[in-house]
Amino acid sequence: MQNTTQKTQPKKAVALISGGLDSMLAAKLMIEQGIHVEGINFFTGFCVEGHTHAIRKKDKSKPKRNNSLWVAEQLGIKLHIIDIVEEYKDVVINPKHGYGAHLNPCLDCKIFMLKKAFEWIKANNFDFIITGEVIGQRPKSQRKACMPIVAEQSGATNLLLRPLCAQNLEPTLPEIEGWVDREQLLNLTGRSRKPQFELAEKYNISDYAQPAGGCCFLTDKAYSNKLSDLWKNRNSKNYELDDIMLLKIGRHIRPKNNFKLIIAREEGENNFLSGYKKSFINLELENTTGPLALIDGKIESDEDLELACKILGRFAKATENGFIDIKVNFKLDNETSKSKIIQITPFEPEQVLESWYLK
Amino acid sequence: MKHYLDLKNFLCPMPVIKVQNKINEINIGDTIEAICTDPGTLHDIPTWCRINSHIIININQEPGYIEFLIQKN
Repeated sequence: MQNTTQKTQPKKAVALISGGLDSMLAAKLMIEQGIHVEGINFFTGFCVEGHTHAIRKKDKSKPKRNNSLWVAEQLGIKLHIIDIVEEYKDVVINPKHGYGAHLNPCLDCKIFMLKKAFEWIKANNFDFIITGEVIGQRPKSQRKACMPIVAEQSGATNLLLRPLCAQNLEPTLPEIEGWVDREQLLNLTGRSRKPQFELAEKYNISDYAQPAGGCCFLTDKAYSNKLSDLWKNRNSKNYELDDIMLLKIGRHIRPKNNFKLIIAREEGENNFLSGYKKSFINLELENTTGPLALIDGKIESDEDLELACKILGRFAKATENGFIDIKVNFKLDNETSKSKIIQITPFEPEQVLESWYLK
Repeated sequence: MKHYLDLKNFLCPMPVIKVQNKINEINIGDTIEAICTDPGTLHDIPTWCRINSHIIININQEPGYIEFLIQKN
């Protein structure tokens, strides 16, 4: 009697849901085979997901949504969002398999996420893991040679099923045991997206995220340059969540090794940076309009402060007499701060050297 | 019982993660009042509640922040 009950219960798979089309289709293929699917999404702090769209007013036409949540709702599945910010630091700082074109540790990242997923299925009595990987889709982590490395080093081994390219790989336990029908799985390879688009059309999926550079800021050259600069000037290859969030926002200008300015580019960024005023020395315009600036680092002299104010002045609206008053707010502790007003003549655009811009 | 979450200046998905983790700690029927500043929460928190069968009792949009009242189902 007990065996009969067990046979009627569907097998359970957790799908790594990035919010893109491939993982959505992989989950859909499993749902079609009667598998109970729930989604899992890992938050590393580097996810591209709508942050800057949400902050910047100029991007307000773009959907302010988390695509993994949106995908889960379209599929009718639960989604578990897991904060891995702290544990993920070691992946970014010490990738065993090295970086990609920028500071993207794609192979280590994939192994780490699947390791976490494997721990999750054991803790939650799920049977296997699925991903939307396609052989050859990405140059580093989705090469055919990497597929078994990821499966082995994550510990997931033959409980890792890649429905979109499974027919090109050795059968996994779900296929061997007949939990899923291998004949109904796919054999996609390469960078072409055409088969995925056709499959999406078959399932009437017309709205899906297509991030041009993947779903991680570490694949972005400018972002990686800013992170490298942060490590170099702190003499430490480490970071906090606020650091990596702020790298996504504003102009970053480093006129000296000991400090940089983060200057808002528009109202939305201004509002966001305002939330950090208690954590940084910050500069506010007093007698004209323009952006807020945070100073990240150490101000070592009055000359440093004047330099910072002159740089901010370059982005302010000009005044009739040419002088700009800037209120400098110093943080004393978590509760108190002190302020002073500095009057400066702003830099002309060419005085803010191109080499100071982090990009 | 009512619980409070100050999620000002957190960007999505952190507000969702904080709500999700709080929901896991509290009793069925308890409520959470969450204050957020990320406009993305207007989409994400209701979506998360729908797919996990929790109830949004009220959303109050004020200048500069959004207030959610959520009940664990």
